[in-house]
Amino acid sequence: MANNPIDQFKIRPIEQFEIHPIVDVNIGGLDLSFTNSSLFMVATVAVASAFLYMTTSNRGLIPSRLQSISEMSYEFVASMLRDGAGSAGMRFFPLVFSLFMFILVANLIGMFPYFFTVTSHIIVTFALAMLVVGTVVVYGFWKHGLGFLNIFAPSGIPLILMPMVIAIEVISFLSRPISLSVRLFANMLAGHIMLKVFASFVVSLGSMGALGVAGAILPLLMIVALTGLEFLVAVLQAYVFAVLTCMYLNDALHPRH
Amino acid sequence: MDAEAAKYIGAGIACLGMGGAAIGLGNIFSSYLTGALRNPSAAKGQLSNLIFGFAVTEALGIFSLLIALLALFG
Repeated sequence: MANNPIDQFKIRPIEQFEIHPIVDVNIGGLDLSFTNSSLFMVATVAVASAFLYMTTSNRGLIPSRLQSISEMSYEFVASMLRDGAGSAGMRFFPLVFSLFMFILVANLIGMFPYFFTVTSHIIVTFALAMLVVGTVVVYGFWKHGLGFLNIFAPSGIPLILMPMVIAIEVISFLSRPISLSVRLFANMLAGHIMLKVFASFVVSLGSMGALGVAGAILPLLMIVALTGLEFLVAVLQAYVFAVLTCMYLNDALHPRH
Repeated sequence: MDAEAAKYIGAGIACLGMGGAAIGLGNIFSSYLTGALRNPSAAKGQLSNLIFGFAVTEALGIFSLLIALLALFG
């Protein structure tokens, strides 16, 4: 079964996530190559920064359409942060806004055909989630000392149940970086794999004569619907990541339940 | 049973988890609609909570899909 010549015609949805180095960089045995993933991360930052900078550089008191988009995105994240973490939370606005814009633009850039989706790799989303949880833990201990551990002991619990509740709270806190990262990663991965699988159906049906070509319309329509859904999911996942970040930052700012 | 067959069977069983996620999503939207029909003016204020609850619950269904995909292609 090895080196089966049919293998070159097999449809492999997982290939779109492969990382290829563009510029090989090897420092002291560490592979720090500039890969296609790095390229699209640079593109994400460039697009987001360029858009925000250029729409607000000639700002007027009555905003133009593009300036309104930048101002609305600012207001959207600011109100989300104020609702989640209170007005003291605004000190984290650069972090939350950067996270939101990076994830949003990275997800949307991945929607273009042949472009690489940066957030479809667990290491990328895990790094972002660890950034959030690390900020929460470091800031919590720095601001409140050991009083930060009060988040594990909610008020109003009878003393008998305390040990169990504390254990449950600790486990749920430790699961935060995992759920935060896997949610974003799995949504992006599953969406793109589904698109590829339905595209492979179109190709497979199209190769089966006239009736197959007629039938290939159905998976094609499904791809159109799925692409619409994927755009929604891209925006929604960025929003959910940012909202959860605000809620976790609230824990760091106000630990006493 | 060879590995290929076990992969397909495992992927199929993993997809059963999405049923739970579907029930959860139905719960969220049905309670939102029930509340919105009783108190229409308060419905708009809860829209962001609805979308957030939808995304967080959907995530668990996606986790199960992820296991299925990892079993198939990993």
